[in-house]
Amino acid sequence: MEHYMMNLSLKVWRQKNAADKGGFVTYPVKNISSEMSFLEMIDVLNEELIRDGKDPIAFDHDCREGICGACSMYINGRPHGPWEANTTCQLHMRAYKDGDTIVIEPWRANAFPVIKDLVVDRSSFDRIIQAGGYISVNTGNAVDANAIAINKDNADASFAAASCIGCGACVAACKNSSALLFVSAKVSHLALLPQGEPERRSRALNMVAQMDKEGFGSCTNTGACEAVCPKEISIENIARLNREYMFAGASVSK
Amino acid sequence: MVNPANKRKLEIIIVGTGLAGASAAASLGELGYKVKAFCFQDSPRRAHSIAAQGGINAAKNYQNDGDSIFRLFYDTVKGGDYRARESNVHRLAEVSVNIIDQCVAQGVPFAREYGGLLNNRSFGGTQVKRTFYAAGQTGQQLLIGAYQALERQVALGNVEMHSRHEMLDMVTIDGKARGIICRNLVNGELERHFGHAVLLCTGGYGNVFYLSTNAMGSNVTAIWKAHKKGAMFGNPCFTQIHPTCIPVSGDHQSKLTLMSESLRNDGRIWVPKQKGETRKANDIPEEERDYYLERRYPAFGNLVPRDVASRAAKERCDAGYGVGTTKQAVYLDFKFNLINKYGKAEANKHGIENPDTETLIRLGKELVKEEYGNLFDMYEKITGENPYEVPMRIYPAVHYTMGGLWVDYELMTNVKGLYCLGEANFSDHGANRLGASALMQGLADGYFVVPYTIGNYLADEIATKPIPVSHEAFVQTEKAVKERIETLMNIKGKQTVESFHKRLGKIMWEKCGMARNAKGLQEAIKEIQELKKEFWTDVRIPGDINEMNPELDKAGRVADFIELGELMCKDALDRNESCGGHFREESQTEEGEAKRDDENFAYVSAWEFKGESNWELHKEKLEFEVAKPSQRSYK
Ligand SMILES: Cc1cc2nc3c(=O)[nH]c(=O)nc-3n(C[C@H](O)[C@H](O)[C@H](O)COP(=O)(O)OP(=O)(O)OC[C@H]3O[C@@H](n4cnc5c(N)ncnc54)[C@H](O)[C@@H]3O)c2cc1C
Ligand code: SF4
Ligand code: FES
Repeated sequence: MEHYMMNLSLKVWRQKNAADKGGFVTYPVKNISSEMSFLEMIDVLNEELIRDGKDPIAFDHDCREGICGACSMYINGRPHGPWEANTTCQLHMRAYKDGDTIVIEPWRANAFPVIKDLVVDRSSFDRIIQAGGYISVNTGNAVDANAIAINKDNADASFAAASCIGCGACVAACKNSSALLFVSAKVSHLALLPQGEPERRSRALNMVAQMDKEGFGSCTNTGACEAVCPKEISIENIARLNREYMFAGASVSK
Repeated sequence: MVNPANKRKLEIIIVGTGLAGASAAASLGELGYKVKAFCFQDSPRRAHSIAAQGGINAAKNYQNDGDSIFRLFYDTVKGGDYRARESNVHRLAEVSVNIIDQCVAQGVPFAREYGGLLNNRSFGGTQVKRTFYAAGQTGQQLLIGAYQALERQVALGNVEMHSRHEMLDMVTIDGKARGIICRNLVNGELERHFGHAVLLCTGGYGNVFYLSTNAMGSNVTAIWKAHKKGAMFGNPCFTQIHPTCIPVSGDHQSKLTLMSESLRNDGRIWVPKQKGETRKANDIPEEERDYYLERRYPAFGNLVPRDVASRAAKERCDAGYGVGTTKQAVYLDFKFNLINKYGKAEANKHGIENPDTETLIRLGKELVKEEYGNLFDMYEKITGENPYEVPMRIYPAVHYTMGGLWVDYELMTNVKGLYCLGEANFSDHGANRLGASALMQGLADGYFVVPYTIGNYLADEIATKPIPVSHEAFVQTEKAVKERIETLMNIKGKQTVESFHKRLGKIMWEKCGMARNAKGLQEAIKEIQELKKEFWTDVRIPGDINEMNPELDKAGRVADFIELGELMCKDALDRNESCGGHFREESQTEEGEAKRDDENFAYVSAWEFKGESNWELHKEKLEFEVAKPSQRSYK
């Protein structure tokens, strides 16, 4: 891979805390290598800010390999930036060229209040899982793992849905701030397995009810969520959730 | 044993919600204990267990290839180069089978065969196929299973979850662990929490090397504080350097990314036979490639244990055969199996006769994608190269720490009521961990060990009423934590936390890394002591105490890493033998293989903290009744 250096202009959302109004601040960054990751570029800027006696930019991140779901930057109008099926931490600077301006904002949704700068509170996702995103089986209750054969296609589809990393990009991309892709991924993961069968009805109903309670918007099927999902969670899962919901004797379309 | 009514009166603190912590919290909550769990991420689902890729071992013998509990036990003791405690390892092998059952019942979508039954792959250091997996995302799927079980207990009111909280000290009363002091990372406030027992499940400390495959936040702080309050640290220098990671690309590098060991099932490792080779990998003909693992270790080939594979890669690069711009890399090549294994299998299935190479590659790709798809994508995103077309470039990187708090068979440290689970303890892997065994250990500890052993301790605690956090011990401990934070903030020096961390990492990697010698270790100890002084006089931490302040969080962690670094070097210096991942240059065979010294070093080093730069070594002698030590050979 050809490697090059670039100078960029970053417009970053700065907000001291939840009460602060917040606003954009522009920072020039120099000598950025095309081999750096996007977060390493922010590291460079932060080191400079600290040396200059300024407050570095706060952002969530941990694994830096696209699996923990912590990183969450809204980059030039798109969650996780320009690459397909990608997280912010996996975005590399070869996606940009010398002289580019990059606008960086936090996820924006009522159910994800800003804590500081680019860090938001996503605990609403945990509460949605608490509402029913599990199979009720205590430790020690299990039968032999091979006692139930599971059709490979279902197992694979279940796995694909279970690969959601809970990042919230789907919410950030949605004009209604709906969390339906996230919820449907969990409902599908469990509904596609025989182990998930006994709780199918209550799971779909309770998770959707909690989602509404948290203040996420409703789904109008624009598909913006699927387009930005780093794990390519399919919108078909939403259709499955709708079926589950109907099967449970209710309707999600409100 | 504790009866159900009494369990409700007993409170348990669990720090960490990775596989070990989440499984323990869920299981203890189910049993009826009052559990409080803590993690520094914004959700328990983000613990670094989520990043584990390749798989989890279990002695199910579903493949009918002669696996058994005994064989898993034996492989683990041998793989650990006879530096693990036999009894703990045997229990681990026994419960391994229950783990898979439990996970499947929770809905963990492991890979399956067309017949609907579970599939397995092989991993290094073994000759059976006993590894269960979910593509290259096994850790994610297992953690989500444990996380969901944990959230279910939160919903039921049995577990109280505190995310974005960091434990900064342990509270002891009359020699027993009774609680923790932690900092709310959102508003910076210190909090006191009581527990009849405290479980530390805080993961590994590989980030002492700055660059590692661990997450950015992985740290030693919780167990280090416990160590300074009396808990002994077991085998601190035992570090696993994983052979297959994406090499460093420049000074900006903030972490290293693993390419799962499972890839060695299908990838062949090689370097050019010619020094200073300049041709591209694909232009180097077959006969000019040195498949050095297959050459040196014909019995295990590319599947030798990690320590052996890492040293062999270093040996080739040091000798001038490395590849890529930095020459600090070797090739991991999938072409052969893409064509011969996967391509031919697909061609057969579709009844294609005499397929050409192009067709075989096309067909093979589909299967490889299913096995490892996300890993190949990850590689391409980082390097910009497509590993289906050109071989991966890989190099060893710090990955796992076998050392950790010393625990007994019940997973209790020498401090009463303080338990340690998962990667944070020293217990099961000796001097080298076999692939796919950390996930197994984390879940064994949390689901099937601690729920039983903790009752033995808590049975005597039934009469102890919850101690109010206004108790003097809580007040004093909190005061000390507060003062330390204030001291850090008031240094107002010139150098950033990150720059100190990088310097520590460099010392550790060069002098306490893949090869160690007495002179280097002695130098490292001095350099670390100096670095420590410099840190405490010149570090600069921006922002305030009472707000979200990631630099302050990091400063506390780096300060602890610096102290740990010194102990690791001291331990490595004391252990004048080579074993597993610990390679002392003074102790090697003529062929350059690690030479163990059972006569003098068949013990666990348990270090007791005595004061600044001062530790006392206790030795737990290791007895091998069943797996008799022999020179490990993978030839
Ligand atoms: C990239 C990678 C791939 C791997 N692949 C495999 C594999 O295929 N198979 C295998 O068997 N093993 C694998 N391993 C190893 C394995 O994943 C880990 O050893 C294991 O998951 C550790 O689990 P744990 O529960 O002990 O710790 P972790 O999952 O690291 O959890 C630590 C927890 O402690 C919390 N914590 C830490 N410090 C504090 C503090 N001071 N205060 C509050 N909370 C704190 C964190 O928030 C987190 O919740 C891999 C490791 C890595 C890095
Ligand atoms: S569905 Fe996709 S975008 Fe939404 S939380 Fe899951 S991984 Fe993120
Ligand atoms: S930091 Fe973990 S997904 Fe980006």
